Amino acid sequence: MTTATTGAATPTGAVGTAHTRVEGRDKVTGAARYAGEIPFAGLAHGWLVLSTVARGRVLSVGTGPVLGMPGVLTVLHHGNAPRLTTDYVGMLGVPPDPTAAVFQNDRVPHAGWPVALVVAETPEQAREAAEALVVTYEQEPHDIAFSGTRPDTYPADGHMPALTEKGDVEAELAASAHVVDEEYTTPEEHHGMMEPHAASARWDGGRLEVVDSNQGTTWVADEIVRMFSLDASAVRVRSEHVGGGFGSKGLRAHQVSAVMAATVLQRPVRVVLTRRQMFSLTGYRSPTTQRIRLGADPGGRLRALDHRSLNQTSTVWEFVEPGAGVARIMYDADAHRTENRVVRLDVPSPTWMRAPGEAPGSFAVEAALDELAEKCGIDPIELRLRNEPERGPVSGLPFAGRNLAACFREGARRFGWADRDPRPGVRREGRWLLGTGTAAASFPAGALPSTAAVTAEPDGTFTVRIAAADIGTGARTALTLVAADALRVPTERVRVRIGDSDFGPAGIAGGSMGTRSWAWAVTAAAGELRERLVPGGTVPPEGITVRSDTTAALGALTQRERHSYGAQFAEAAVDVTTGEVRVRRMLGIFAAGRIVNPLTARSQLVGGMTWGISMALHEEAVRDGASGGLYGGDLAGYHVASHADVPAIEADWVDDPDPDDPVGIKGIGEVGIVGAAAAVANAVWHATGVRHRSLPIRPDRVLRAGEPRV
Amino acid sequence: MREFDYRRADDVSGAVALLGADPDARYLGGGTNLVDLMKTGVERPARLVDVRTLPLDRIEPAGDGGLRVGATVTNSDLAAHPGIRHRYPALTQAVLAGASGQLRNMATVGGNLLQRTRCGYFTDVTKPCNKRAPGSGCPAVQGEHHNHAVLGASEHCVAVHPSDMGVALTAFDAVVSYESADGPGELPLADFYLPVGDTPHRETALPPGALITGVTLPPAPVAARSRYRKVRERASYAFAIGSVAAALDVSGGVVRDVRLAFGAVASRPWRAGIAERVLTGAPATAEYFAAAADAELAAARPLPDNGYKVTLMRNLVVAVLSELAEEAAR
Repeated sequence: MTTATTGAATPTGAVGTAHTRVEGRDKVTGAARYAGEIPFAGLAHGWLVLSTVARGRVLSVGTGPVLGMPGVLTVLHHGNAPRLTTDYVGMLGVPPDPTAAVFQNDRVPHAGWPVALVVAETPEQAREAAEALVVTYEQEPHDIAFSGTRPDTYPADGHMPALTEKGDVEAELAASAHVVDEEYTTPEEHHGMMEPHAASARWDGGRLEVVDSNQGTTWVADEIVRMFSLDASAVRVRSEHVGGGFGSKGLRAHQVSAVMAATVLQRPVRVVLTRRQMFSLTGYRSPTTQRIRLGADPGGRLRALDHRSLNQTSTVWEFVEPGAGVARIMYDADAHRTENRVVRLDVPSPTWMRAPGEAPGSFAVEAALDELAEKCGIDPIELRLRNEPERGPVSGLPFAGRNLAACFREGARRFGWADRDPRPGVRREGRWLLGTGTAAASFPAGALPSTAAVTAEPDGTFTVRIAAADIGTGARTALTLVAADALRVPTERVRVRIGDSDFGPAGIAGGSMGTRSWAWAVTAAAGELRERLVPGGTVPPEGITVRSDTTAALGALTQRERHSYGAQFAEAAVDVTTGEVRVRRMLGIFAAGRIVNPLTARSQLVGGMTWGISMALHEEAVRDGASGGLYGGDLAGYHVASHADVPAIEADWVDDPDPDDPVGIKGIGEVGIVGAAAAVANAVWHATGVRHRSLPIRPDRVLRAGEPRV
Repeated sequence: MREFDYRRADDVSGAVALLGADPDARYLGGGTNLVDLMKTGVERPARLVDVRTLPLDRIEPAGDGGLRVGATVTNSDLAAHPGIRHRYPALTQAVLAGASGQLRNMATVGGNLLQRTRCGYFTDVTKPCNKRAPGSGCPAVQGEHHNHAVLGASEHCVAVHPSDMGVALTAFDAVVSYESADGPGELPLADFYLPVGDTPHRETALPPGALITGVTLPPAPVAARSRYRKVRERASYAFAIGSVAAALDVSGGVVRDVRLAFGAVASRPWRAGIAERVLTGAPATAEYFAAAADAELAAARPLPDNGYKVTLMRNLVVAVLSELAEEAAR
């Protein structure tokens, strides 16, 4: 027994002070193990076989010759795989994507659909056998043509109502002094996180254990429980370190096929996806076609706002990329209409990808506002400030802090916006035309119910257990700081354990909700524990543990529009004779509540802004009409920004307190990318005088748009 | 992936003997392209003959100011060689414009010339490709082709050669040396790559089983004032969508000698001989540079989505030659 030494009167002030990652040394020395490299005794290896046709059904799977190949243990396919339960709604309020519920029937709904799993003693044997497996198909004509003119689109809700409408848009447009009516498009984009999806499954003493790389262990465990009809207590999912997720690391074909094989073979089985398999099995951001109509009075005040966003989804799962949701928060108008529509095609299922809805939606809205500013002859920042709403434009709810104007003021000061000549195409430096652009950003500050346990150990340290996920964000470190402050002890005395579904239910690392949700639960448990520890008292050998559950507290939260905000600035250089575009500098100023760890927060925001450059200039998955599959679906063909494309990027924040909020943390995972692509596109217009309404702004598009001849 | 036999050759004749007449055997240089192709199943060799440690890693004088570059010289060493940097600066620039530092440390000169196209149909074994599977068709003509060929292609294949280095070598009349079972031989780079025609799977004029032993750069005083300019879809680590290697000798405002080659427009590095002939003896002005580019590009047959390359190449020629002329005038 040891003396408990909490209760010091002064808070440690860990939150708000830069702190390197607590697991940083493990990561840079290779001591941190990722899902695909954790050793298991007797491990077998599965290799997925994907369809080569885009629509049809499987006629035969030629298992005979493959089963005779060296090391091959089994071949799972729709003819012999265990049956799964799929008619449920999971923790996130949606049914499972059938792409994950593998081998349940002979239908092939898109190219790259999983049709078999070959399991062998080594990954090389499994791969060779998988490549040798002959699968025959009855092929049907496929339709992958995404366009805004299709007759078969329909309004779809997803996580928000498909349609919001007030006032008479046509009448207000007709009465407006200035009108913008344009179509904006964004391409199919992929997550491309560094660590591929990988899972190992084994049965041990009647319990199923899955070692995985995911964005929420209780989420994935819950899906496996339901899909395999198991007792909740019979499944444990662990995910210690995760090399990026961005929305793609939920339940996928690799975990399900690994569990199937482990069950059939009664030995541990690992399935790792290849980079190319990730391009059809793990979701992506749908392309969007967005039509925006803005009408304004001579002073730039919006009279009409109409935003219609269309995305594609698969024939087996409905996913809405809600681009039209942006204006429901950001801009009001006398007549205000927003609508999200989808069309079902013979393509893989899209999914959440960093700032779903906001990333493509803000490109369209913020580019259209830039066009409106030009027409009105008003500075783009001033136009936005004149249209700052008092209340939620659709909800009518008050804002719980809306510090967008402060972001613009601070950003404009630091970027040197006041000196900007609004005329496009007039600044030249050698072969480069120069321009600057700006855009606003926002992202919801939500939270998910979570539980945490905090234990006072006899040695004077504290252990926090929570099924949080650190997908590279620094969540483990952030929670260490939060716990230290709540316990009023130095961070060295706090150990945070995460990534284990046995720790009890917790929200996911997604929707920028992770830190807010988990910090809430950790603060609650740690605060109560501190009160229970008597200064000078003793701690029994098993420690003293306090558990928390934020479900009730979340339910009691006052209804408000809660969001983070940001102002994005970019300077671009364009050579219109070659089509090359280079971003020269970027600045983002954000209002994102209480910043827990400035070091990793800045990384998150700069990372988002970097992705914005990539979205503006590089990223585009091209679908091949003839095959229905991707053209160049790997990281050689799918370009992300290289280091040389990324200039000095500055991210900083303004004070953004919310005294009414019990945690004050808003989340920063996504707001960094929002508006970034629009700021770059607006800068390209300012440089050249040409509007690029289709991303990415590739050299050939710049050349075609300008048709410049020397 | 398929299991394969790996052998390391001790000398050139031994390497050629190890490869023999086996169509399923491949020489392994830096492996920066071949190993990728093996991972994706495009190449499934039964045997690899590693030639990387052969004594072909020297850059030596080749008479009258020329240089002979061994086949296993790495891209990094080639780019850094003082003789290359001073006498053929466009070659250094071209090499440094390609790949990444790590890849250039591995990639060899011989392998660079033999690297395969990065056409996304060629690199994906689930799709047709006449180059990879003769007779299966070329989906690029009707499909994705915004980075495909505008010169010298055929309906059977519109893929482009990916090399930057090869473009500069082509401009400087480099000659490829090789060793085959029948002994040594030479091929000017101009004749090294075969026309596409209806046999896009046959890429070079090398005899079967031949091993590239080196590349000779003939003396070319004009090359001392040369430049390589590459346009790509990101600032680094991407293949060209159009590139130009150019050398210019101007005297009294008149072009005395000019070398011009294009990258990423054809199945091979494209020597712009027509443009060179138009320019030789002509005034060194932007108007004549443009006219020369137009003359060369008159043969362009763009597809619906790659016509921008004609504009791009014209603009690049004018920009690069104008820069060289301006420097000469200083």
